[in-house]
Amino acid sequence: MTNTNSQNTDLLAYTKPPEGHVSHSRLERVLRSGRFAVTAELNPPDSADAEDVYQAAQPLGEVADAINATDASGANCHMSSIGICALLTRSGYSPVYQISCRDRNRIAIQGDVLGAAALGVSNVLCLTGDGVGVGDQPGAKPVFDFDSLSLLRTIRTMRDEGVFLSGRKITRPPQLFLGAAENPCIEPHEWRPDRLIKKIDAGAEFIQTNYIYDIPLFEAFMARVRDAGADKRVFIIAGVGPLASAKAARWMRSNVPGIHIPDHIIARMEATENPSVTGKQICIELIQQLRKIKGVAGVHIMAYRREQLVSSIVLDSGVLAERRKGKAR
Amino acid sequence: MYRIRMFAVRHARKFERIYTWIERVMVLLDPVFARIGYNRVERPIALVEKGVKTLLFDCKMCGQCVLSSTGMSCPMNCPKQLRNGPCGGVRDGGFCEVKPEMKCVWVLAWDGASRMKDGAEKIREVMPPVEHSLQGSSSWLRVSREKAEAIRESREASRKTLAKAFPEARANEPAAAPLSVEPSKATQAEAEK
Repeated sequence: MTNTNSQNTDLLAYTKPPEGHVSHSRLERVLRSGRFAVTAELNPPDSADAEDVYQAAQPLGEVADAINATDASGANCHMSSIGICALLTRSGYSPVYQISCRDRNRIAIQGDVLGAAALGVSNVLCLTGDGVGVGDQPGAKPVFDFDSLSLLRTIRTMRDEGVFLSGRKITRPPQLFLGAAENPCIEPHEWRPDRLIKKIDAGAEFIQTNYIYDIPLFEAFMARVRDAGADKRVFIIAGVGPLASAKAARWMRSNVPGIHIPDHIIARMEATENPSVTGKQICIELIQQLRKIKGVAGVHIMAYRREQLVSSIVLDSGVLAERRKGKAR
Repeated sequence: MYRIRMFAVRHARKFERIYTWIERVMVLLDPVFARIGYNRVERPIALVEKGVKTLLFDCKMCGQCVLSSTGMSCPMNCPKQLRNGPCGGVRDGGFCEVKPEMKCVWVLAWDGASRMKDGAEKIREVMPPVEHSLQGSSSWLRVSREKAEAIRESREASRKTLAKAFPEARANEPAAAPLSVEPSKATQAEAEK
């Protein structure tokens, strides 16, 4: 066995990531070169058909540097994130493999990280995960063997030290760009910047935030992040999404954990005659406002069941136009 | 017990002091524990620890106590058992995502940590995942044993350094730079009796 292994190592071209990079990720290259990054979330299908994944990916791939494959978000069962990642890498997309600590223990997760890397995944987003109670199967056993920070530190150790958490050697360590989530607009506001810094210390290289609808609150968060110099140590990608209607916004606010939508946004959705257009318009305005905040390195678009809007939202916001002109930040 | 738990967080600074004191006593008792055998004192001490900490902190006896780094708010009471801060689902007013009637363990933790002397620094350190095989064992004993061991090792190291720095004296007069382990005070007291 050892013999074949060493032969394989000699035969396969195992290229190193570009200078100053930790992976072959397109997202990492875009961020490190100072361009404004765009990522988008794919709504996982409830089917076993690969075609459904490709159809969901198509409207995102036109504008996104990376596509996030969610890991049973909201504790609802869908096609697995590793399955989606495998399909996406096969067809040339660059996925962000989301790992939630809710459903798998450390043995499963470390194994999946190697599997994902072998399938061509180069971005990982480490999440704690929503509680099982909010999902479609509230009787499930919550695992939470890791939390998002110990998971980050573990994958970082696997990548940089080439060992599992047990100390056992990994013959070919995974080359992964490591990400974490942050939710700047919810309690405890006072400690959110400290928590972000703790995530950077644990190994995060990029941050994708939850939905930002409250710009002043987010600006206050970013001011504190900048004061601590944390924006220089991590790439912060701000989360946005188009609202469908005032009713949907209110439902999200009270039923989905960790979502903060200020009243004035809901009032605007209520006042409008065409909520779909207004929802999209609000999203575009948010992107433009976020673009101007110092320390924001990109936007992450989460358009639940409204993927067809993603491409036009990004193009209308103008954040890619400057890239075409070759204008780096 | 929820109220007592909140009380402990409000008085995190006092508990921090009490904890330092308990730790010192436990380290001093190391020779006694070693003599009786750590495996034999494990059960009675774990029982006392469980009683005290369940009352004060709703302790779950994970065996890997990190209260000093979590503002005296036990992270094992978090429904997700997070060891590194709040999740992204904290409700308005700082209430738990999973148990809305309970204050978020980590909101309390940051509050408690900011009242402590070292807590505010310690809460920033990244904690490893819980080792489930240690469930039920005494955390106090684990910490004091390790500290006592470290003290012994540092004494050993200083003896070795001295002996190395004065090799001739060591050869001619071993008592001037002794290498052997001195009997502990506890054993000395026993001998005097």
